[in-house]
Amino acid sequence: MIVARTGNEAMAEAMRQINPDVVAAYPITPATEVVQLFSSFVHDGLVDTEFVPAESEHSAISACAGAAAAGARVMTSTASQGLALMHEILFIAAGLRAPIVICLVNRSLSSPINIHCDHSDTLASRDAGWIQIYAENAQEAYDTTIQAVKIAEEALLPALVTTDAFIISHGMERVELVDDKAVPKFLGERKVKHSLLDVDNPVTLGPLDLQDYFFEHKRSEIDAMNHVLPTIEKVQKEYGDKFGRYYSTVEEYKLDDADVAILAMGSTAGTAKVAVERLREQGKKVGLIRSRVYRPFPQTAMLKAMTKVKVVGIMDRADTLSTLGGHLYTECRSILYDADNRPLLKNYIYGLGGRDISIEEIEAMYDELLTIQKSGQVDKNIVYYGVRGE
Amino acid sequence: MALLEIRWHGRGGQGAKTAALLFGDAAVETGKYIQAFPEYGPERMGAPVFAFNRISNEPILQHCGIKNPQIVVVLDPTLMETVDVTEGLPDDGVVLVNTQKTAADIKKQLKLTTQAVYVVDASKISKDILKRDLPNTPMLGALIKVSKLLDFKAMLESVKHRLEHKFPTRPEVVEGNIKAIKRAYEEVMA
Amino acid sequence: MKKKKKGWKELPIGLVTEPASSLEFETGDWRSEKPIWDEKKCTHCLICWIYCPDSAIIVKDGKVQGIDYRYCKGCGICAEECPPKIKAITMVREEK
Repeated sequence: MIVARTGNEAMAEAMRQINPDVVAAYPITPATEVVQLFSSFVHDGLVDTEFVPAESEHSAISACAGAAAAGARVMTSTASQGLALMHEILFIAAGLRAPIVICLVNRSLSSPINIHCDHSDTLASRDAGWIQIYAENAQEAYDTTIQAVKIAEEALLPALVTTDAFIISHGMERVELVDDKAVPKFLGERKVKHSLLDVDNPVTLGPLDLQDYFFEHKRSEIDAMNHVLPTIEKVQKEYGDKFGRYYSTVEEYKLDDADVAILAMGSTAGTAKVAVERLREQGKKVGLIRSRVYRPFPQTAMLKAMTKVKVVGIMDRADTLSTLGGHLYTECRSILYDADNRPLLKNYIYGLGGRDISIEEIEAMYDELLTIQKSGQVDKNIVYYGVRGE
Repeated sequence: MALLEIRWHGRGGQGAKTAALLFGDAAVETGKYIQAFPEYGPERMGAPVFAFNRISNEPILQHCGIKNPQIVVVLDPTLMETVDVTEGLPDDGVVLVNTQKTAADIKKQLKLTTQAVYVVDASKISKDILKRDLPNTPMLGALIKVSKLLDFKAMLESVKHRLEHKFPTRPEVVEGNIKAIKRAYEEVMA
Repeated sequence: MKKKKKGWKELPIGLVTEPASSLEFETGDWRSEKPIWDEKKCTHCLICWIYCPDSAIIVKDGKVQGIDYRYCKGCGICAEECPPKIKAITMVREEK
């Protein structure tokens, strides 16, 4: 069915079709609508979900962790400060191997206070042991929410699916929904090895784990993350085969014959595609790399994509405040260390606090990358793009 | 159809965002690709607000703001005194204004030369039919007429559907809005 | 006696452990003093059984049977709580 939906509405529709066992949530701009709409589905009897309106995000994710560890299919939604307040429990959920899915809207972390898009919130949670997938548009947000449930449950790791604040969360687009009945069929029942509700086979969850065993348990969690990418690829393919929309962990756009490329995440990648089209009309060989999956870092696919070109401009919608540049930039530099044919890199930190990024600005970036290609020189590795006073 | 971009000017509470969403919804039902999004700032009743639409026959990839809309819709004529409603408007752009004045007067007021101006007294239509000054839905009817983008009947069906969903117990609101859209569609002029 | 600890691949996923695994953890060698139970004096009031923090008082059909020295840490609470007029439990030094 083809409908007009905002990103938040699309994610809420996906949640309705998934019909999770438990949703525990606390509202926050710009993700409020997701659970607000979902609570109306609960009220209208469209889902069988146990809905827990919690008194804070910390409580909401704690309830989610408990329910997921008990064997339930669990979802919630939050943004920015809400995710920050969940931070402590994010690690616990991952350690408990609780496959919770969060529909997350990327919003700047305070301070200063701001409700608009950048990626500082989820990137600050990159080491929590959660799978992170960044949607480019409302359609992808919808599709990925459904996929994430399957990915998380197969990997036994929690997952974040994100959209850009307001740009996607509140922007209405054409979205194609899957048939209501097809979603539970695609997902199946959650298979649980240890359920807290199985009184005949009791287990202990979350005990104290000291010097003698903590490292082994953490190692096992790290190993799980090391094996998620094939699971994501498998689920993406199954979804594509069933519903016709295919995704990849790293999207390559007009890259094969490109001299230079931009690497971006989220909605900006779409804007960059238009810039690519316009520049290609002028005969400029430019391409785009989009990191759809950020955790685990898709290093093989990323390396393959980046080494196709001579120069990569890496667009980060957050800064690590480490003097090293943005998150994608530092990690891409790291994976290129051992590579042959290393491209030159330039880091563009852009769009903080929702600062708009236009097609023309991205075109100018490409022109700069083409100049770098000619000269073989990057005079400034990290630049702050679109900020006054530079 | 090439990509078309629209900017809505209103005041907080006049329904600029709702109009953009209704327009986007109707366009999807007639098979188009669309975007509809407001510009979110501090939301206060009466403060100038913006909302936007993109419409195309092809998938729309860009997610940047709209700087050069081909069509500008002004929900409140007093905005023209404080907001540059024609900012970024191309030479062949279109301005549609809710006003009691003539198109020629508005053209003069906005110092336009090449652009086309259309006017309709949407506030009067709304007050007559809905007993309130809610110019957004009548302006939708006028926009359909001026832009020639969508099938009018299909659009009416779509708006009716969405309003019925929003006001399930108030059929008079739905009917009133439909009537207002039809009248604005008839009365809008160059 | 030290048991060989498991490697990470052998562990159940997600900090899940078998229930009642404390049964495998015998704390009897923590004692420096040992409770001695006198069957003749005991009235089977079960106060020692209530207080014992390690469930080391063996009870069958409502009657004390003895002390489970596999788990008893020798804390002496049973001897302390046994009513003064009964004194069926006394602590003796473990050292031989």
